[in-house]
Amino acid sequence: MNISLNITETIQEWLIGFMPEGVASILGMSIVALIYLAIFAVAGLYLVLLERKVAAWFQLRIGPNRVGYWGLFQTMADALKLVSKELTGTVKADKFLYNLAPYFVIISSLMALAVFPFTKEFQAFDINIGIFFLIAISSVGVIGILLAGWSSNNKFALIGAMRSGVQTISYELSIGLSLLTMVLLTGSLQLSEIVETQKEGWLILQGHVPAVIAFMIYMIAGTAETNRAPFDMVEAESELGAGFHTEYSGMKFAYFFLAEFINMFIIAAIATTVFFGAWLSPFGITESIPWLGVFWFLGKTLMLVFLMMWFRWTFPRLRVDQLLTLEWKYLLPINLVNIVIMAIIVWLNLTIKF
Amino acid sequence: MTNEALQNLINSWITDLEFSEEESQFLNITVTPEHLHQLMSDLKSNKETSFDYLFCLSGVDWQPELGVVYHLESTTHRHSIVVKVKTADRENPVFDSVCDIWKTAEFHEREVYDFFGIKFNNHPNLKRLFLTDEWEGFPLRKDYEDEINMVIK
Amino acid sequence: METTLVKSNFKSEEYFINMGPQHPATHGVLRLLLTIDGEIIKKVEPDLGYIHRSIEKMCERDSYQQIVHLTDRMDYLSSHINNEAVCLTVENALQLELPDRVKVIRTILSELTRIASHCLWWGVMGMDVGALTTYFYGFRDREMINDIFEETCGARLTMNYNIPGGLMFDIHPNFVQRTKDFIAHFKTKLPEYDTLLTGNVIFQKRTKGVGVLSKEDAISFGASGPVGRGSGYSCDVRKHHPYSAYDRVTFNEALKTEGDTFARYQVRIQEMWEAMSIIEQLIDNIPEGEHKVATNAVIKLPKGEYYQKVETARGELGVYIISTGTKNPYRLKFRSPGFSNLSLLNHIAVGGKIGDLVASMATLDLVIPDIDR
Repeated sequence: MNISLNITETIQEWLIGFMPEGVASILGMSIVALIYLAIFAVAGLYLVLLERKVAAWFQLRIGPNRVGYWGLFQTMADALKLVSKELTGTVKADKFLYNLAPYFVIISSLMALAVFPFTKEFQAFDINIGIFFLIAISSVGVIGILLAGWSSNNKFALIGAMRSGVQTISYELSIGLSLLTMVLLTGSLQLSEIVETQKEGWLILQGHVPAVIAFMIYMIAGTAETNRAPFDMVEAESELGAGFHTEYSGMKFAYFFLAEFINMFIIAAIATTVFFGAWLSPFGITESIPWLGVFWFLGKTLMLVFLMMWFRWTFPRLRVDQLLTLEWKYLLPINLVNIVIMAIIVWLNLTIKF
Repeated sequence: MTNEALQNLINSWITDLEFSEEESQFLNITVTPEHLHQLMSDLKSNKETSFDYLFCLSGVDWQPELGVVYHLESTTHRHSIVVKVKTADRENPVFDSVCDIWKTAEFHEREVYDFFGIKFNNHPNLKRLFLTDEWEGFPLRKDYEDEINMVIK
Repeated sequence: METTLVKSNFKSEEYFINMGPQHPATHGVLRLLLTIDGEIIKKVEPDLGYIHRSIEKMCERDSYQQIVHLTDRMDYLSSHINNEAVCLTVENALQLELPDRVKVIRTILSELTRIASHCLWWGVMGMDVGALTTYFYGFRDREMINDIFEETCGARLTMNYNIPGGLMFDIHPNFVQRTKDFIAHFKTKLPEYDTLLTGNVIFQKRTKGVGVLSKEDAISFGASGPVGRGSGYSCDVRKHHPYSAYDRVTFNEALKTEGDTFARYQVRIQEMWEAMSIIEQLIDNIPEGEHKVATNAVIKLPKGEYYQKVETARGELGVYIISTGTKNPYRLKFRSPGFSNLSLLNHIAVGGKIGDLVASMATLDLVIPDIDR
């Protein structure tokens, strides 16, 4: 049976067989959404396990290895525990906003996953403003953080939320500009087009010098965007409290926690798509077997995720004002100059093509 | 400077002092509470003594008097000296504070107030340090009684 | 058109935060009351007494051998050196002549304790600044020292191996070899730690120019140990008032002049190198002899006042005993290094940010039981 990789179309054609077209398309979209939700909720859990194992190896210990072989069921057990916890809340908290805040964060993370090209035609939503959509959706997550801090009615949560908000908003600029640098090479925002142009060589090689600079800026800004070390002053335990999610417990806390790991995956996935050729194999060795593309994509993404975890367990933390100085006084000017250099290179046709 | 030279020098500033060297490894000066602050600031500011390091400030219950013992050292000349001051008033013992001369005295004097009840004039923040503010009594005094917390052999 | 600068009527409010007794960064039960304006600290007031056990009052009731047991629990990271302080005071008062073997072994154990304490300090310093992995590396080396202690003294943390008159029992036959193996191992690790933390740009930006303490302030506040030496104040008790076997070894005093957090950090790393050098000079030539001198079962110090200073890992510990000739001291006062080092926290933290406070406190290396006694 030849199941085409374009799952959205496959499902919709199957449903049209016994339903009117409008209902079929809505039902088809819901089914795809549920599949993605299920896969990525579980993937988020395994990313947490990966983080714990990687941390343990850096610290000369083993990490979870009791619950299931190699600790594979550890996060499942943790998730069950979180689900069964009592949902505490403060008396004076703004009930509606307090309950709404985690949903902003988790929904924006999961929506961003819809546009990634896991392999040829395996893409749930191939919109023609792909990259723009990604950046816009990740900006929506900031609202969740600020709402969480404000509605908790807690001084420390508010300070933490303000600092986190300022950090996220500042570093979004750098992310947007470094992705813009690469769009200059492809001429299109649509993700499948970006992958098409990379058949002549990954974009980081095509763009040589400015592309490498853009990648480095993107990784720094991406780590800062998700509030991970070395930029995690906001949620550092040796500072005040736990930041903006101090007052949350149980499932709502799990949403924030999971959203952080899925965001990390998204940052790595965007880098893979734009810089490293998404599902394309190096030198086209497995060109003929399209479904292997999923493994190439995941492999590259997980290497970048490992890089972000490596940062966390090696470097000390930056102070809040040093963090913002880094962005506004260093990364932003370098980014702008880099765009100009890339534009000149593209105009003069100096890109490397294979 | 040797102990003799120190004794001659300090005696020339204030005459109402007692010097002793027995039963101790340092030169001991006993001063009256009125001259305490004057003596201390002279000991620090005078170039030949320059006792700029106060390394120990202890309260002692001499029975019947209450007193404070200051151990001073000079970082330039490397000589040490001990200054003692006593008062017979157990109800309301008061001395001058030396916080303005050595900043380390601030915490040490709070500790002496906490355990002995000795008050210091001109102290910026004289309140109990280790015990809670509501505690009654001064534990390191010899006549302190506490049936619940003290285990006496 | 004329424009005038309008002075803003915006007044930011100061608010009040508690870095409570249970807090990962305060190294023990210390409560700090911070008054902050935005991110700038206006005032730091420590609240002590959470682990006050009235050791000084208990000492007035206990015999001198029992007092040695209480000193372990004061600064538990340098327990050998605390024990040695009281033992030396008693021995000097009784004018006992200690065999060379005792002096040399005491010195070796003190320096091993110093290295162990600084290993823990290094691990915790990295953790406070955000590099969470350093904690495990610091503890790995400390475990090796603890194993050596366990074999010779019988305990890992509160050793009680020094008694007035000498050592409780002789050293284990493996002691010399294990110590030499440890020194060889640690010499390869310490440069790694330098590369990992000292050379890191982020770490340097967090610590350079932060929490500056001038030399006059250091002397006035009574700062001793690495805190004083980081500001250029030469206060090493082992140099100025040598005790045990320190007069027969050569070592340098680690001095830096900048007085900021990074200078204090470098002083402690340098001290670890010096401690290893001292151990190497002594470990091969431990003199033969008795491991203790006989004292009476009931020790009574002659009437008088006695003061002994030693250099613990934190600074200068002073033991002041007033004795009236009975079997208990009349008054025993411990001059603890942490107490004076804590009093300068307000001075160096005001005007900085909360992140700076955490970094400065890490280099002050406070152990709260030492302060509270």
